[in-house]
Amino acid sequence: MTKTERREARSSAIFNKQSAVYAAVQSFKMLSPKVMIKSPVMFVTEMGAVLTTLSLLTVSADAYAVSVTVILWLTVLFANFAEALAEAKGKAGADSLKQVRRDTLCARITDGGSEQVSSSELKVGDRVFVDAGNIIPCDGEVDKGIASVDESAITGESAPVIRESGGDRTGVTAGTKVLTGGIEVVVTAGAGESFLDRMIALVEGAVRQKTPNELALTVTLSGLTLAFLLVTAALLPIGRYFGAELSIPTLTALLVCLIPTTISALLPAIGIAGMNRALAANILAKSGKAVELAGDIDTILLDKTGTITVGNRQAVQFVPVSGTSERELAETAMRASFGDTTPEGKSIVVLAENLLGRQAETPADASVINFSAHTRLSGVDSERQMLRKGAYDAVTAFVGQNGGKIPADLKEITDRIASSGCTPIVVAQDNEILGVVSLSDVLKAGIQSRFARLKAMGLRVIMVTGDNQLTAKAIADEAGVDGFVAEAKPEDKLNYIRKEQKGGRLIAMIGDGTNDAPALAQADIGVAMNSGTQAAKEAGNMVDLDNNPTKLIEVIEVGKQLLMTRGALTTFSVSNDVAKYFAIIPAMFVLAMPHLAGLNIMRLASPESAVLSALIFNAVVIPALIPLAIKGVRFRAMGADALLKRNLLIYGVGGVLLPFAGIKLIDMLLSAVGMF
Amino acid sequence: MILVTIIIVVSAVLSWYLGQYMTYILDNNTGGNWKSYLKQFAIFNVIMFAVGFAILASQQYLPLNPDGKGALTFDLIFNTAASFTTNTNLQHYSGEVSMSYFSQLFALMWLQFVSAATGIAALAALARGLSGRGFGSFYKDMISAALYILLPVAFLVAVLLIFTGVPMTFGGTVEAHTLEGALQNISRGPAAAFIAIKQLGSNGGGFFGPNSAHPFENPNFWSNIIESVSIILIPMSCVWMFGRITGKMRHAAVIFGVMLLLLVVKISLASYFESAPTGAFAGLNIQKSVNLEGKELRFGTSAAPLWATLTTSTSNGSVNNMHDSLNPLTGLVPLTGMWLNETFGGVGVGMINMIIYILTGVFICGMMVGRTPEYLGRKVETQEMKLVLLALLVHPLCILGGTALFTVMPWGAETVHNAGAHGFTEILYEFTSASANNGSGFEGLGDNTPAWNIATGIVMLVARYAPIVLPLMAAGSLSAKKVSPDTSGTLHTDTMLFGAVILGSIVFIGALLFMPVAVLGPVSEHMAGALK
Repeated sequence: MTKTERREARSSAIFNKQSAVYAAVQSFKMLSPKVMIKSPVMFVTEMGAVLTTLSLLTVSADAYAVSVTVILWLTVLFANFAEALAEAKGKAGADSLKQVRRDTLCARITDGGSEQVSSSELKVGDRVFVDAGNIIPCDGEVDKGIASVDESAITGESAPVIRESGGDRTGVTAGTKVLTGGIEVVVTAGAGESFLDRMIALVEGAVRQKTPNELALTVTLSGLTLAFLLVTAALLPIGRYFGAELSIPTLTALLVCLIPTTISALLPAIGIAGMNRALAANILAKSGKAVELAGDIDTILLDKTGTITVGNRQAVQFVPVSGTSERELAETAMRASFGDTTPEGKSIVVLAENLLGRQAETPADASVINFSAHTRLSGVDSERQMLRKGAYDAVTAFVGQNGGKIPADLKEITDRIASSGCTPIVVAQDNEILGVVSLSDVLKAGIQSRFARLKAMGLRVIMVTGDNQLTAKAIADEAGVDGFVAEAKPEDKLNYIRKEQKGGRLIAMIGDGTNDAPALAQADIGVAMNSGTQAAKEAGNMVDLDNNPTKLIEVIEVGKQLLMTRGALTTFSVSNDVAKYFAIIPAMFVLAMPHLAGLNIMRLASPESAVLSALIFNAVVIPALIPLAIKGVRFRAMGADALLKRNLLIYGVGGVLLPFAGIKLIDMLLSAVGMF
Repeated sequence: MILVTIIIVVSAVLSWYLGQYMTYILDNNTGGNWKSYLKQFAIFNVIMFAVGFAILASQQYLPLNPDGKGALTFDLIFNTAASFTTNTNLQHYSGEVSMSYFSQLFALMWLQFVSAATGIAALAALARGLSGRGFGSFYKDMISAALYILLPVAFLVAVLLIFTGVPMTFGGTVEAHTLEGALQNISRGPAAAFIAIKQLGSNGGGFFGPNSAHPFENPNFWSNIIESVSIILIPMSCVWMFGRITGKMRHAAVIFGVMLLLLVVKISLASYFESAPTGAFAGLNIQKSVNLEGKELRFGTSAAPLWATLTTSTSNGSVNNMHDSLNPLTGLVPLTGMWLNETFGGVGVGMINMIIYILTGVFICGMMVGRTPEYLGRKVETQEMKLVLLALLVHPLCILGGTALFTVMPWGAETVHNAGAHGFTEILYEFTSASANNGSGFEGLGDNTPAWNIATGIVMLVARYAPIVLPLMAAGSLSAKKVSPDTSGTLHTDTMLFGAVILGSIVFIGALLFMPVAVLGPVSEHMAGALK
């Protein structure tokens, strides 16, 4: 299944035949009180339906009472249908993942050889060898070797990725396929516990638990239900005082109309759909709680390189110190970059070749000094001379050691380059500093507008970079981020997150390396890239299958949409009650107190049709809103107050007005067909 | 209308300064958590009830009883002790008939002070808790609120009332020979002191049976203004105190605005409905004027609907006219005031009630901005909602449950003096008044019976303590959470929009819970009258 196919499968028409049939069957199975009790409001509705059914058998079974009973059962079924439909959509996603998970034979390495075992027999700590053409049988870390791996089964991305031992690209996932090369993998998750297994379980809803906000909302809705139960129950004796004998179907109809059935029926579907939407964005959240929490995030930590900027820095200019010519500097920089295979090194050679107008020559008897995080220098040693290039501090220290002097204008040159957002690379030959190469990093296209969108949502973006303060500030200003951490070492991220969390902020970050694991674990939302190390994937609470660092933004939008949908439908549900009161209350008492007919402001045809219209409206609004519950309320990047105003107008005011029209319409239909 | 404007404006202006002073008195009381605070609160309130009960039960043996008032029945003692401990002052007796001066001063007036102080203390603790500084000590709050806030203000008001002619004496009943030669007993007593705290502390229990309609409780136009302002002054100040202690003055201003708006709407509606002639004249060929039944004309015509609205908006419950005689829809206004119970509400507790509505509104609307709902930067979650919803349920449970029971039981249905909708409203009003800790009577109800005394006594106790204790627990749970910073992504609590959210939550909850009984009582009576 390709990525686009999967995306389609997840977001295609909500009512496709297969899932609709599944959901229809499921909605009857879910009528068991044991299942219903999970949603107290729908449980009360079901008990109401049972009560009216009993009254049919014992009291009277006229057309009105039968109709009320049928609609009550339909209301319960509609609610179950909504939940089952959302589940069916999740299942479709899980099925595509399941195809990937199958038993394979693999070569387990034993003392002095290897044996063929089934992937289901692997234990944590086992080593397996996988060569070209074979499926990787387990989640694990590459211990030896290098391979190109097709991960399309998991990520949907058809381009192969490189997995190799050491560094940050060691993680492999069960179900992916080695295309070229061969790797020895240490198993990190036993059969049935792999990343894939857990994801399938989550997507299928097998381990779905109510999230904190879902719980709080369930409590609130139950409280409202209790209040309406009280209101309705009190009407029975009060009715008697006025000489009105209220029937069980009528009282139950009033109760079910008043209690927040709409939101309660759709609440599970909203939660499942949130997980599904995250999955559609190729994010695997480890829990529904994480998706919900994403909406609360107020600070995002992003790496500069590769996230905010394109990532491959290019040499753009040679700036010599006074007393040195530009050509001289270019010549030295070119020779110092011999053997430097990084994009930066190559770009220095290319720039120098253009300036000098000739090809670089391979120097004789030279040994290459590779860049290391410790020395922060690279260069070339030969018998005659030592060439170095690197950061200001590192190169000046090197020259100092060799008894050289620091040119007076060097500091000024590096600062100027840094403040323009470029990275200064100082070039030295033995004890003499010749000048500075300016490396420029380009912002990713459209990154400013994405940040502006985040700002409108009230989020802060913090850039983390190893660059010095001046470079960091220049890039930060250009990209429009709200702050930056410069000259950052891996532990600085962790410290920064802790500091911000003390101030009450909720932090999200994205990372891939083992270095990032502590920070990913500390962050409120830690998104690990699927290409990252196993440690990073374990530490985070979400995994991004696309390895796209700006994915955080989508995660946050999914979380916000989830909460907004709950809030909007709750408001809608409660607002609907006003019209239902105006339909039912006059209908209930008009026989005993004819003067109350004036309250029938909708001019509904008869007391029976008034009650039935309100009840039918209450029932059909559930399936009508399933698409909204599953797709989510449309999210717009705007401030909280503007969002609230918008949603209040649509779902609050709309929720008051719509049922007046809806109930009247149903009433007209009922009297047109001559039923009541 | 000028009178109404003067009273509202004067109260609003004075409340700003009194709020400042109350904060100064109560703010520096830190440390302690909600548990220790509630423990002290509970102990003291039990003592209040016990002392009140003991004095009332033994008044015939105690001094200061010049007219030799006798023993009271057990159920009346229970009801009265509950009534005054809970700041309700529902009176199933007439003061001048049943109570000795000792009972009036040392049981009832003492309780009027300490029960009002209890409310102020609870609000101060709630505000301190929400601001994250700990709940403080209840005893310290209690003493400060009683001695430094209520006592001086009450003294001031009492002196002003004496100038308008309210009696302040320990002398017994005076015998007077009328012009017709008949002999008349005129009750008097230390009324000015009693009335001052009765009005200020949202107590409402009068010294004399007819309350502030009695010429000695409320002699003239000027005393009526002083007493009207006194009803609303401290409840208004409580909102400012809440704002100052939490450091959210703009938020407090929004709350104040919403309360004021609802209050003004209610007063306007009451005045409008009351400008129609009484229903008793319907169909009669006589000259009709505004409804004058049950009113004291010495205060002017607009004073009755104004007072009726003020006294029921604030859980005060004193009356200067007979609510039973109001036009049906006017009668709905006091009922609405007590159902909502937070359009300034009782001293301290009105603002606490408001917190219940705010948290409910914040929870539902807060989700619509795409975040876990927050109040004052702290997340509102399951624990808080449980407590808030429970607190919210108590009021309808007491009112609807009690009314439902008494409408079908002979000991309820047979005590009403009118049939049909009006009689229903009498029962509904009595339970509403008890549950709102208001204490005003609709009258027209034979309510000094064991059934009424015990039922309303229990309702008053439950409806007093649950809505104080539960929100304090919720504040305790909130105060343990981290405060998230205010960004453009968070719902702001100091905007007009937030005012709309609060207003919506009050109107919706109120309407959904009480619309059926409102229709069956006052609305039905009005519509039946209109058909005549």
